[in-house]
Amino acid sequence: MEKFTTLKSTAIPLNIENVDTDQIIPARFLKATDKKGFGDNVFRDWRYHKDGSENSEFILNNSKYSGSILVAGDNFGCGSSREHAAWAIVGYGFRVVVSSFFADIFKGNALNNGLLPVQVSESFLINLLNRIESNPNTELEINLQNQRISIVGLDISENFEIDAYKKTCMINGYDDIDYLINNKEQIEAFEAHKIY
Amino acid sequence: MSKKTLFDKVWDAHVVSSIKNGPQILYIDKHLIHEVTSPQAFNELEDRGIPIFRPDQIVATADHNTPTINQDQPIEDALSRNQLAQLSENCKKNNITLYELGHQYNGIVHVMAPELGVTQPGYTMVCGDSHTSTHGAFGSIAFGIGTSQVAQVFASQCLLLTKPKSLRVTVNGKLKKGVLPKDVILYIISKLGTNSGTGYFCEYAGNVFEEMSMEGRMTVCNMSIEMGARGGMIAPDETTFNYVKGRKFAPKGEDFAKKVAYWKTLPTDDGAQFDKEYHFEAEDIEPMVTYGTNPGMGIKISEKIPKDENPSFKKSLAYMNFEAGESLINKPINYVFIGSCTNSRIEDFRVAADFIKGKKKANNVTAWLVPGSKQVEAQIIEEGLKTVFDEAGFELRQPGCSACLAMNDDKIPQGEYCVSTSNRNFEGRQGQGSRTILASPLVAAATAVEGKIIDITKHLN
Repeated sequence: MEKFTTLKSTAIPLNIENVDTDQIIPARFLKATDKKGFGDNVFRDWRYHKDGSENSEFILNNSKYSGSILVAGDNFGCGSSREHAAWAIVGYGFRVVVSSFFADIFKGNALNNGLLPVQVSESFLINLLNRIESNPNTELEINLQNQRISIVGLDISENFEIDAYKKTCMINGYDDIDYLINNKEQIEAFEAHKIY
Repeated sequence: MSKKTLFDKVWDAHVVSSIKNGPQILYIDKHLIHEVTSPQAFNELEDRGIPIFRPDQIVATADHNTPTINQDQPIEDALSRNQLAQLSENCKKNNITLYELGHQYNGIVHVMAPELGVTQPGYTMVCGDSHTSTHGAFGSIAFGIGTSQVAQVFASQCLLLTKPKSLRVTVNGKLKKGVLPKDVILYIISKLGTNSGTGYFCEYAGNVFEEMSMEGRMTVCNMSIEMGARGGMIAPDETTFNYVKGRKFAPKGEDFAKKVAYWKTLPTDDGAQFDKEYHFEAEDIEPMVTYGTNPGMGIKISEKIPKDENPSFKKSLAYMNFEAGESLINKPINYVFIGSCTNSRIEDFRVAADFIKGKKKANNVTAWLVPGSKQVEAQIIEEGLKTVFDEAGFELRQPGCSACLAMNDDKIPQGEYCVSTSNRNFEGRQGQGSRTILASPLVAAATAVEGKIIDITKHLN
């Protein structure tokens, strides 16, 4: 897993609530047996019309906005557990998603793929979306060590929460498999003495 | 001793160890896998040279990406065919039991596992599918996981998790005629919203759930994820024990009696505390339909679509081509789908057949009846339900996830409405540009017969 420490980037504002993983990557793209290429189809049915032409109204097709941070509305990533959604977002080039609320499974999947979910307050999110929408050059800085998200050049910032263990994993690029395998003896001992 | 909830008891019995200021290592009893969310996990382990730790605790099926006609013939779509071939190969290589397409036990993972007795009270169960919450109907902790976690369970039979908070939804009273378990859960989600359960495990309590069949309880627990809860649970009781007893993988003889004695200790202690509690009255619930693009956007069938100025709400109504203040009654509907891990069990087809018997499907309607498993399919034929469906002009297809997520060819065309017994009405869920209205099997059957949505409550009284 790629390490994450700090990131400074412009951001893309996706001002929609309850973005579900079917929108992030529709089911018809889940037939692959590897993790490659999902970025090409991220938000497929919002980015393209059914005839394959680009939907110029969708934010990802607006050349004013760019960057490796996605700022999205409340309850991002709800619905299906498909990790393909995290692969698609990472594949497109995002390293951070900012929202006021994340669905559980998506959040875990993101963290397992080096994609940092930054949960901010509703008021901070509205402020961010407004500023980015009115000035696409607005830069954000995310400092994982300090658990802080700020607008570069302005005195606007907020702390965010992250599980201490997951933070260590992100900073060092570790994943859970390493940890679990190193605890095999303990797991075998548990199996031998299950109470149920 | 402190009072514990059902969830606490099952969780605590599975904690291998705890990381200081971090997650816990939770032991997983049963791991269910399917073709879509497992291949990358198999690859990951192979790339890292890690063996599968407990292959005998894994059960595999093919369901998401399978055709629902001509299952005995090679699959036309090359990508789908390859995905199924990979599953077969991976299971063979790693000694994992697979009920592949066409096998007498094949079916939707959340239908076939309970049928086979793989699902049991007090277990921890996971699957790379968010509707794994279904199995909580047995009083097990069951939840959906991502593919990285599938790989973790492959490697260690464990997951690193922070214990979720607890939530209890109690429904007491007497359900009205025509109100099915699907209506109960759609009602609850419409009241609580799609993210009220995020970070929680939900226990359903009250006489309404106590009196429900296992099929009904599975429908309810299945949709827990639609209010954000990772899982839902119902305390195991005689209904549960009777369902499990005698199934293929159920404990037998003395072993079964011992297990039952343990299962009886699992229900929530009187006075145990929940982090959040909600109460509803059964009498307030009516047959439900959704009008928007998330499962929380539901109304009683007799109600009108509410008004809301929220831009996401308006975007949703625009997608559905509905207007605030409008009623869904008399809306012409051209597609009806009865199936999915929410409502494809025998009871669902009995309800549908009971309504359909002696009537005809409306000419404008394409109706797909898709059983949840080969066993359900066999039972539909055995009970004579297929004859009822055939005579009424309905098409009984072969088992699979089908039009619930439209990964196979069962897609609803652009712009068309589908009254569906599935679990998600997201934009394009049932096919690009399709518009889903979630409902019970009874409402779906009535829609198929009438060719439009009717007020089923008036029809029954």
